[in-house]
Amino acid sequence: MTRSVFLLAVLVAAAGLPSIAPAQDATEKALEVYRQMLRDDPWSNPGNLDVDRGEQLWKTPRGPKNVSLERCDLGKGPGKVEGAFAELPRYFADADRVMDVETRILWCMVSLQGFSHAELVAKPHPGGGQPVKELGAIATYVAHQSSGMKFAAPLAHPKEKEAAALGEALFVRRSGPFDFACATCHADQGRRIRLQPLPFLSQPAEARKVVGEWPGYRVSTSHVMTLQHRLYDCFWQMRMPQLELGSEASVALVSYLVRQAAGGDVAAPGLKR
Amino acid sequence: MRALTFALALAALAAAAAPAGAQQAPAADPAKVQAVVKAAFPKAPADWQARLEQDATMRECTAHGNNPPKAASEAIRKREAAAIEYPPDGKFLGDWQKGEALAQSGYGLRFTDTSTSRPNGGNCYACHKLTRTELSYGTIGPSLGNYGKIRDFGAEDAKAVYEKIYNSHAAFPCSLMPRFGANKILTIEQIKDLVALLMSPESPVNKE
Ligand code: HEC
Ligand code: HEC
Repeated sequence: MTRSVFLLAVLVAAAGLPSIAPAQDATEKALEVYRQMLRDDPWSNPGNLDVDRGEQLWKTPRGPKNVSLERCDLGKGPGKVEGAFAELPRYFADADRVMDVETRILWCMVSLQGFSHAELVAKPHPGGGQPVKELGAIATYVAHQSSGMKFAAPLAHPKEKEAAALGEALFVRRSGPFDFACATCHADQGRRIRLQPLPFLSQPAEARKVVGEWPGYRVSTSHVMTLQHRLYDCFWQMRMPQLELGSEASVALVSYLVRQAAGGDVAAPGLKR
Repeated sequence: MRALTFALALAALAAAAAPAGAQQAPAADPAKVQAVVKAAFPKAPADWQARLEQDATMRECTAHGNNPPKAASEAIRKREAAAIEYPPDGKFLGDWQKGEALAQSGYGLRFTDTSTSRPNGGNCYACHKLTRTELSYGTIGPSLGNYGKIRDFGAEDAKAVYEKIYNSHAAFPCSLMPRFGANKILTIEQIKDLVALLMSPESPVNKE
């Protein structure tokens, strides 16, 4: 905790510098200092609080049916969490569709524990300063159990192929009053919007660097943000409506991003600006 | 039969030669893409449904990766030029100070933008450098510093800037820049204020 206070202090100091371009460098440097500390002591990332919270939520009997998620099959057999995230999204025969980590946990919370689907997707993401929702904390725990492993989502099933192709089509699809596509902001090297650097997500080298950091602790909003929450925010910037958690489009975009990042390391929870 | 074998061999070759990281999955069916988009936003109110559809220009630009072949490019240019509405008073320059405020503001049309009194912004700084003093600018578009000065504050250029902001695709089919007038993001008066920001000699944009 002292370390996140330190980080905030560095960021605040950076924001107070006289001109903004050097301040951006200073912010980047502060993040780099922090990332180094994380390498030295991975437990200093505040996102780890949600890893612990997620683990408790996973193991505790909950919901109308009062069962834990330990019978939830993330693709490697019921209750097997280690390494599961690195192989998501994948096709699940029981649901007859491709699912990413958040969609699969949603499915298990509904079908095993008896939670209401409508309630879980009504307001699925936290506001600034609020902790990630329970589903997101569980996703953070599950992702962390693949940390250090390489992304290797399967692509054998026709529906897995279809999801990846759909994701690519959605990535370049222009829509909304601003005519934006994901590619408007994420298909070129070294661009930025205002001062925010825009990762070149259609380039595997860059995708490998950033996709594995989700779910990640986001310093600017001081909470863990999941990948579907990140996409929800990008659609907000695109002047599109609220992206439905677990929708086929959201899973397809995650499939596309993870395919771009194939071979990259899972490093969740990461640390984002 | 031989032709078929040959075609299959060619296809196999092409697949084998695809660069690493390239999509090997078959292209998605456009009808399926549209259905998936429709299903992705169940909370969208009735007056937002149009945002889920693409108009002809969006469709063609998407299909051609924003690099349309000549005929398609000409068709887009013609269609979008025809969609430009001009100021009734025939004047293109408004108030640059209002223009600067509009260039700074990214307000408008997001699902959290619910004010009925606050005007939409142009968010030009998201993508362009304009005045020398504003250092928080993006780089998706080119720098617009000294835009009017470089053009000797020409009247024809002021008209061209108006058209550019009103409908970016009329000059550059499949531009990444929004169609601010044609898509009803900004009003004619607001676009004139932005033209003044770029084209009036008093504007800080021209004092770099
Ligand atoms: C108008 C610009 C814009 C559009 C369009 C946009 N994004 Fe983003 N995206 C951003 C910005 C800005 C950030 C970084 C935010 C930050 O640094 O906090 C970002 C971050 C991301 C990240 C996290 C990258 C990282 O550094 O880890 C992902 C993944 C992402 N976007 C995916 C998408 C997808 C998929 C779409 C389309 C559905 C999309 N974006 C559309 C602006 C955009
Ligand atoms: C999402 C990014 C984006 C936004 C927002 C944006 N632009 Fe652009 N703009 C571009 C790109 C990319 C180009 C270059 C391609 C072209 O000419 O269309 C451009 C080109 C231009 C040009 C022509 C430059 C030349 O060389 O003649 C002008 C003028 C311009 N923009 C003004 C504006 C103004 C004013 C605003 C705000 C109301 C704005 N732009 C908002 C991306 C953007």
